[in-house]
Amino acid sequence: MESFLFYVIAGVTGLCAIATVVTHNIVRAATWLLFTLTGTSAIFFLLGADLVGATQLLVYVGGTLVLVVFGVMLTAQGPFISMKTSSAEWAISATVGLVLLVVLVLGVMSLPQSGLRRPPSPDTADTDLVDKAMQTTNLNNNDAATAPYSAVIGEGFLGVPVGPPHIERPDGAPRVVRASYLLPFEIVSVHLLVVLIGAAYLARAKRRRGASS
Amino acid sequence: MASPLFADTSFVWFVALAVIAAGALIGFMLVSAIFSVWLERKVAGRIQDRLGPTRVGGKFGWLQTLADGMKLLIKEDIIPDAADHMLFRIGPYIALVGSFMGFLALPFGLGVVAMDMNVAVFFMLAAMSSEVFGIILIGYGSGSKWSLFGGMREAAQMVSYEIPMALCVIVPVVVAGSMNLSQIAIQQSGGLWNWYVFHDPFTFGAFWTYFTCAMASCKRAPFDLAEAESELVAGFHTEYSGFRWLAIFMAEYGSMVAVSGIASMMFLGGWSTGLPVEFATLFGGFETLQFTIGGTIVDLGMGFGNTINVIVFIFKCWFLVFIMMWVRWTLPRLRIDQVMMTCLKYLVPISCVLLMGVSLWQLLLPFWLNDVCRWLIFGLSILGLAWFLRTIVTFASSKPGEGMPGMWRTTGLPGYQGAKQTP
Repeated sequence: MESFLFYVIAGVTGLCAIATVVTHNIVRAATWLLFTLTGTSAIFFLLGADLVGATQLLVYVGGTLVLVVFGVMLTAQGPFISMKTSSAEWAISATVGLVLLVVLVLGVMSLPQSGLRRPPSPDTADTDLVDKAMQTTNLNNNDAATAPYSAVIGEGFLGVPVGPPHIERPDGAPRVVRASYLLPFEIVSVHLLVVLIGAAYLARAKRRRGASS
Repeated sequence: MASPLFADTSFVWFVALAVIAAGALIGFMLVSAIFSVWLERKVAGRIQDRLGPTRVGGKFGWLQTLADGMKLLIKEDIIPDAADHMLFRIGPYIALVGSFMGFLALPFGLGVVAMDMNVAVFFMLAAMSSEVFGIILIGYGSGSKWSLFGGMREAAQMVSYEIPMALCVIVPVVVAGSMNLSQIAIQQSGGLWNWYVFHDPFTFGAFWTYFTCAMASCKRAPFDLAEAESELVAGFHTEYSGFRWLAIFMAEYGSMVAVSGIASMMFLGGWSTGLPVEFATLFGGFETLQFTIGGTIVDLGMGFGNTINVIVFIFKCWFLVFIMMWVRWTLPRLRIDQVMMTCLKYLVPISCVLLMGVSLWQLLLPFWLNDVCRWLIFGLSILGLAWFLRTIVTFASSKPGEGMPGMWRTTGLPGYQGAKQTP
């Protein structure tokens, strides 16, 4: 049942993404981009990630796209409304897109969660560790560190180890660890601060030096 | 999203249940819109000292909205030449879908919810923020400058007011400890004094601030310069007629009901009547009233209790919508610079102070002081409500010329008694 819904949502999202690139009118391209991002948030909801899906709606659809459409709509005059891509541009962009697709698919397929990797051979495997590491779903909510509550994300940002476990193999005995997300949180906060300061600087009221009688 | 209920039943059963749930929500949204249009015209009439619709469907004009709807359905569908055809057509439906998506996470009773999400409040705010894009497309796609002005003003206003609205919504979430709307409503059961609006002065302030931001976000007066009838012909929906105009207004009234639903869930106790009893669990749990259909237990007593809950919740939503209409027909319209100043200079700092205050309140205050403050605010609110009702009643029964200050009195005064008659 989920696969049927996934095919429908992913198909519509893909078609809208293609329409974004193919259409000649720039405001319509922004509208197709809206549907693409809404489709992405629908896939998040299908995966059970309610918080991420709602964040996608709030940030992308309600914020970023509104800004994009404002900018596009108010500055696109006459010759800039209609965009036509030449065939050389089509060739280059298709090649780059295909290369990116191949890289992403290979990267996703090599993760242990995708189930396509060959299981480790029995003589070097720590079977219970491998079992623990392969546990990435938490359907019965018996693991507090991967429960689907937003409080878990908040704790992860503050330094508590959360999320699915993975195997760490130092020189001594291998052990199962979880990651905490304090450092990425701090990096992103500083990044946001830099962006805010930059935006405030760029949008400041400039003093006019010329004589105005 | 995959609940164990549907893991082993068929695909058709799941689709049928989803269709029934969506149909019920759409039905509620449209019936609310129909009722709100009628109520708007009656309230507007009464405030303007006239009667409103009185002819269609009896003495009170109950079927006026139905007649309006039928008229709009058979109107000619006009699309201007300069309009972008696809965007003109698709705009109202994006607004309608954005407004409807908010209802998916709104509980109407104990367990009466389409999707019981742990991040219900966040989802509702996020879903209703996608309505802005519909408004922009409506304004731009019409190809006329009145619509573009109205659409741009409206989009700026809606996006700006999302900030204080979200901050005010976080205030009761901090008190409740959860974003799950069912949990928040359950925590407020057991008496009128448990409602979060009386919990502490910061939540009390957050209710009024949230209501103001909600009115601005739904482009209701005094923030309705998107429509601005006296300035911009009809604002962003100037070029729309017939069913497309109806879709825009369904979206607007749907948003009004949705934000009223959030307000009543988070501040006014949700589905609880104020009596210290929960009807769903009072009537539920009796073996004689239960029977099973295909693996699920249907409890008729709980269903009856939940019916009371749903009726109470819908009444609260509609009462808040009535207050929005009351404010609309009382206050004059704000200019766009006044609207943005209200948001950025007043409501955002007030919301930040409320959020900080409630966080400190939750952390620092001892338990006994919390109860004392709650009873204090509850008592003061009851006194304030009593004074307010007394003022309304005495004003309504005062003689003409006595109640309104500054009105020109022609009788009972020494001095000028009318023009002197020349002999």
